[in-house]
Amino acid sequence: MEEIKAAIEAAVPGARVTIVTNPGPSAQHSLRLEPESAVAVAKFLRDDAGLALDFLSNVTGVDYLDKGITEKIQVKRQVTKVVDGLEQTVEETAEEIRKRVEPGYLEVVYHLFSVAKKHGPVILRMRTENRTDKVELPSVTPIWRSAEFQEREVFDLFGVVFKGHPDLRRILMWDEFKDHPMRRDYVDPDDYEYEPTAHDKVLARAQAHQAGEQAEAAQGGTRP
Amino acid sequence: MSALESSSAIKTEKLEGWNRPPVIEPDGEGELMEVAMGPHHPSTHGVFRMDLALDGERVIRLKPVFGYLHRNHEKLGEGQSYLASMPFTDRLDYICSLTNNWAYALAVEKLIGQAVPERAEYLRVILGELTRVQNHASSIGFLIQEMGASGTPLMYAFREREKILDLFEGLTGSRMMCNYMRFGGCRVDASAAWLDAVRKVVAGLPGFVDEFERFLTSNEILMARCQGVGILRPELAVNAGVTGPMLRASGVNYDIRKVDHYGIYDRFKFRVPLGDHWDVYDRYMIRILEMRESIGIVEQALKDIPGGPVMDQKAKIRGLRPKPGEAYGRIEAPKGELGFYLQSDGSPNPYRYRVRPPSLINLTILEDMCLGQNVADVVLIFGSVDIVLGEVDR
Amino acid sequence: MLGEGILKGLAETAKNFAGSFVSAERMTTVQYPEERIAPVEAARVFPFLVYDGADWEAGMRCVACQICEKECPPKCIYIEKSKDKKPDALGKPQFYPAKFDIDVSVCMSCQICVEVCPFEAIKMDNEFELATDDRFGGLLQDRKQLAKSNEYYHTIHPTEAAEVDARLAAEKTKAAADAAAKAARPPAQAATPAPAQKPAGGGE
Repeated sequence: MEEIKAAIEAAVPGARVTIVTNPGPSAQHSLRLEPESAVAVAKFLRDDAGLALDFLSNVTGVDYLDKGITEKIQVKRQVTKVVDGLEQTVEETAEEIRKRVEPGYLEVVYHLFSVAKKHGPVILRMRTENRTDKVELPSVTPIWRSAEFQEREVFDLFGVVFKGHPDLRRILMWDEFKDHPMRRDYVDPDDYEYEPTAHDKVLARAQAHQAGEQAEAAQGGTRP
Repeated sequence: MSALESSSAIKTEKLEGWNRPPVIEPDGEGELMEVAMGPHHPSTHGVFRMDLALDGERVIRLKPVFGYLHRNHEKLGEGQSYLASMPFTDRLDYICSLTNNWAYALAVEKLIGQAVPERAEYLRVILGELTRVQNHASSIGFLIQEMGASGTPLMYAFREREKILDLFEGLTGSRMMCNYMRFGGCRVDASAAWLDAVRKVVAGLPGFVDEFERFLTSNEILMARCQGVGILRPELAVNAGVTGPMLRASGVNYDIRKVDHYGIYDRFKFRVPLGDHWDVYDRYMIRILEMRESIGIVEQALKDIPGGPVMDQKAKIRGLRPKPGEAYGRIEAPKGELGFYLQSDGSPNPYRYRVRPPSLINLTILEDMCLGQNVADVVLIFGSVDIVLGEVDR
Repeated sequence: MLGEGILKGLAETAKNFAGSFVSAERMTTVQYPEERIAPVEAARVFPFLVYDGADWEAGMRCVACQICEKECPPKCIYIEKSKDKKPDALGKPQFYPAKFDIDVSVCMSCQICVEVCPFEAIKMDNEFELATDDRFGGLLQDRKQLAKSNEYYHTIHPTEAAEVDARLAAEKTKAAADAAAKAARPPAQAATPAPAQKPAGGGE
């Protein structure tokens, strides 16, 4: 891994590459790329004679939700206290509990192999800044054509917008669909067909939906 | 707005070079005819739609549209345990359920660092190669049927396939949805009676392949329709992520059984057939030759299969909680490279469960192969890609 | 000669066509439902609950531990535990399922419920003619419909049933041996202090 990182940093000036270690037994570590230099790095990886990573096998999207973090921080404060009968301003350290939200992100993982040299996998990752508005990443379709459908799938199911993709539109869901199904906070529609074994939450939601529909129909059918 | 233009608000940008489909100028005068081929179509191997723009009979634009069988298998995988996902993998490529099971078991075994006993590896090879034989037989059968042979070669292939499926039923309990591999081996052991039944079926398979070839290979209609049709250049195939018999028919020597050395494939002698002309006829011939090689592998495995347990005694079936980490495991499935990417965060359910579907990725260059050809050839080229919609849409 | 390949192929078809009148191997069609193929021993179609003896309620092995309900991939099993207990095969009082429903339209015959059951209570049947014209109630099999005897289990899966019986018998003898060893321990133990001590060996 380190040699590949060194080779990339030597060949593509300005590329920032970090190694992400994989803690499990499979020992498949990955390189995290920055979006600005990603296309140049990809081109280098494909065209380099030693690496010859000409085969992009798999493009995966992963969703990480916003994390709420509660921290205990030591805070120095100026406090007015009465010491020995005299009012003085004294510095005190107190513990404060602060809550902050670490923004989640969408991550795209690429698995590269080499057909010419028969080695691999080399795993790359790219992260977006957050899950809401800054979801753009550069597309590697100009480098590896196999990313064409897979990046469309990541766009469709996760919402990552790939700049430079020649034909970015939904692939598995229909074109007018809203929302992105594979995100971890996706809520599926509650108009399931009633099944005999539905119980607990599913049954409650289905019954509420059916009751709502019947009420609307009774009112004269405002919805189509 | 026609369905052929990009229907969402993302603008397409012009890309340099050779990895976009070539632009074909229409010959005749008048408008292009836009035809939707599918999803209700006998030749599209399932619910699959191709939006064609035709100039007479020639294809000017082709956009594949799928997602009709999308069951969001990956999200289901996130919601249930690792064991519970195993029967769902059967239903991905529903013709080759045992190789799907094997790929998933391999990925999980990589994730948890689990070893597999010898006898289980041999059983996996036997079942995997039998799956490959029946998949290639039915794939060729369907290809010939789409050429108009009204199902006769298909039924010959299905006759042998039924024998193999009966073997699967005798061992795993079900003909197609086998649910047999587990993390650390196989679910049940194979009895000596079953192995004898396999030997009997395998003894008859070379005769079947010979009969099939006598039937088809030198058939002039087949040669006229398939040779020179749907040519795929090797560089384009590699760059587009094509794997499996399609890649080898384009002359690229890449078989994951030989490259990754997974399982015990190193112990078996088998050759990897490659194609010279990169067309549909080559893909058909590659599948016939791969059937012969697979039969050879099964015979070698049946000779050498040792005794012993088929499941690692210390392997956990229920309540598997892998350590946090990720793994990508892949095998040479009959359709191409089937990979599973699993990310675990220490809980009993996977954090991210991804299937790398060979059929979907092999469809990336469908447009390139079909442009400029006639509509009838589109059916053939599409049949030679050999897709299963369960895998494309998951 | 042009057409030679086609003629060779037609010869193959003719051979098969003529052969289908004479050779039994080429006649692969089974005229269902008049003829039926004997089911394979390993075949799995739909689960059923095993009971020992004659009374299906008293002899049911299921103790409503709900492991199969949790592990079932499509979640087709619905169990409600009873409030009281009844003695199981080893004589220990256990809960039993007051309700045990399996939905035929949801079950995908994967056999995971059989694999994870610790009490050998649920096994796979090979009865596949379950179609009915009542789309909701008819496809939901309840406890009574699912209960089938151990003798029936022996007829459909002989080797498996023999193994299960052997295992259960071994467990029974082991439990009896443990109980006998406990009873044979010298009564001097009862004189030891600490009256709040729980009786030994009461764990499951």
